[in-house]
Amino acid sequence: MKGNLLSGPEPDPSTDAGHTDAPPRVGFFTDTSVCIGCKACEVACKEWNALPEDGLSFSGMSYDNTQALSASTWRHVAFIEQSAPSAVPTPEGRAELPLAGAEAPGTDGGQMRWLMSSDVCKHCTHAACLDVCPTGSLFRTEYGTVVVQEDICNGCGYCVPACPYGVIEQRPADGRAFKCTMCYDRLGAGQEPACAKACPTESIQFGPLDELRERAALRVDQLQEAGVTGARLYGHDPQDGVGGDGAFFLLLDEPAVYGLPPDPQVTTRDLPAMWRHAGAAGVALAAGTVLSFTLPSVLRAAASAAASAASAASAALRGGGAR
Amino acid sequence: MTRDDNPGRDAVPAALRGGGGPDGGRRRKRSGEEPMVPRAQFQDYYGKPVIKPPAWSARDIAGYFFLGGLAGAGSALAAGAHLTGRTSTATALKFSSLGGVSLATAALIHDLGRPARFTHMLRVFKPTSPMSVGSWLLALYGPTAGAAAVSAATGLMPRAGAVATAGAGLLGPAVATYTAVLAADTAVPAWHGAHRELPYLFAASATAAASGMALAAGPLRENAPARCAAALSATADFVADRAVERRLGMVAETLRTGRAGRLRRAARVLTVAGAASAALWGHRSRPAAVAGGLALLAGSACTRFAVFAAGIASATDPVYTVAPQQARLDEQARLDERAGLDERAGSGELGG
Repeated sequence: MKGNLLSGPEPDPSTDAGHTDAPPRVGFFTDTSVCIGCKACEVACKEWNALPEDGLSFSGMSYDNTQALSASTWRHVAFIEQSAPSAVPTPEGRAELPLAGAEAPGTDGGQMRWLMSSDVCKHCTHAACLDVCPTGSLFRTEYGTVVVQEDICNGCGYCVPACPYGVIEQRPADGRAFKCTMCYDRLGAGQEPACAKACPTESIQFGPLDELRERAALRVDQLQEAGVTGARLYGHDPQDGVGGDGAFFLLLDEPAVYGLPPDPQVTTRDLPAMWRHAGAAGVALAAGTVLSFTLPSVLRAAASAAASAASAASAALRGGGAR
Repeated sequence: MTRDDNPGRDAVPAALRGGGGPDGGRRRKRSGEEPMVPRAQFQDYYGKPVIKPPAWSARDIAGYFFLGGLAGAGSALAAGAHLTGRTSTATALKFSSLGGVSLATAALIHDLGRPARFTHMLRVFKPTSPMSVGSWLLALYGPTAGAAAVSAATGLMPRAGAVATAGAGLLGPAVATYTAVLAADTAVPAWHGAHRELPYLFAASATAAASGMALAAGPLRENAPARCAAALSATADFVADRAVERRLGMVAETLRTGRAGRLRRAARVLTVAGAASAALWGHRSRPAAVAGGLALLAGSACTRFAVFAAGIASATDPVYTVAPQQARLDEQARLDERAGLDERAGSGELGG
């Protein structure tokens, strides 16, 4: 698959990374239409991976006091309160209770609704964090996932601004970078990741990525038919800016509403062009230096040549006057 | 943190705040800094940044951009001065390059989360990582520049010193420009958005700093090339800076406002004043040469700190991540729609 190693569709990243006999690529399909915001995934992740507590603050952001993915939060459940653009279809035979204060914010005819979504590292096909890691600490596993080796990481922090999703982060007290490993240790033992195991509604589905993509396509069609027009897949497309995500989502509104970038790009795609421009700039610097050493003497020579020509001319004139 | 510091953290999300005009849903954090470009309408997640800004300290990393540029371009100038027999200037530039690269390396190691593991930088060589390429470049350039400086200071092994001077002169431009790639190969909108122009801005800024050092430290009779380099680099700096601003579009407001805006305005004044002072009076007046040189050095430092600050500002506010991406998608959708219409019109003609 030469030519697609920096961006574009790449069917088998683990083999391209040098793994032989790699198992099929695995991933997460997070179907946010059935997420109930219980945060079991956040808790299971913290427990299994022994992640440190990272602040017990009241954010005022609906029920989201976690606020964002971080070095010590590898699953984050977003809560969005909004007035639904259109009436949400009600399943038959279910009683609907009015939400307290529903008429206050959603005055423009729409119903009040909650969007909940469990965010996670996307394990990109073209992972910018992995591309830019100078130590080789970040690597592609045989499962096609992206993992940090904590005994190698020296905390340079380059992966942090490289990630187009704002996932990976340095732990301040520790210095090193941390993120979701898709429970690399559990995968090795044939277990599913802790978050997927703990999810009570199967909002988080784990499995071979090809299977998940088929399942997701069926699910989004089903929702569209049922009248949920906002339903869309996010990160499922191998043609997108990161070559498709290993962890992709079914969302009910625009990605930005969930704090996700609408069209993320792996910046390494532009790296060959950047090196070319840097090379040209370096050559320009060298040429400017050479010019700086030659130009003054050239100018001086030209000036003295002009001066001598002028004096010769005036001498000739004077000679003419004398005659 | 009070609520006013971060109004995005409101119990009512942007989506519900009165339909959200450009500034209804979106808030301005600092008063008096209204955006110059109308903002695209979008709903964000409680004003939280989409990407994570780097945890790098400005002193260490923007300082490194400046010192690396000063050292790298200084080595190129030193090689020229060495070759043309301007010995005092060459020696001064060799010292400043060694000092610059030493301080820069110290700053880089200091900024690591685990400084004791700095040798891990040379564990692998990765062309996809500008930081890996830069580490190897510094590992080659540092000792070369050091050898050139030590030989010049002691007079020992002049031939080896000349070879080292030439080597450092060749590696120097790479050290001065690769840092632009280092910044641009990230998701930070103000850096990646200008990935084509940033290397030229960094090359110009580095040359301005090095010519400033040559003017401040070299004797008057040797400073004609430095004055020429100062004039050239100040012009190039101005042109590249405008090119960056044009390319960035709405993200360029991070360069014009706040800390970055103040630094950039200072950089412009210092660079122009320094180059003018050096070019017009630098050959006659020692004070004019020194003042011009110091102004050029300060201007270069301000340019790097401005670019750094703009990057942090653009990463912190989600609008700079989301709006350009949304504009790209909208443009693509428009193109697709037009292609679809053309196709239908074409088939309609065939059918008719």
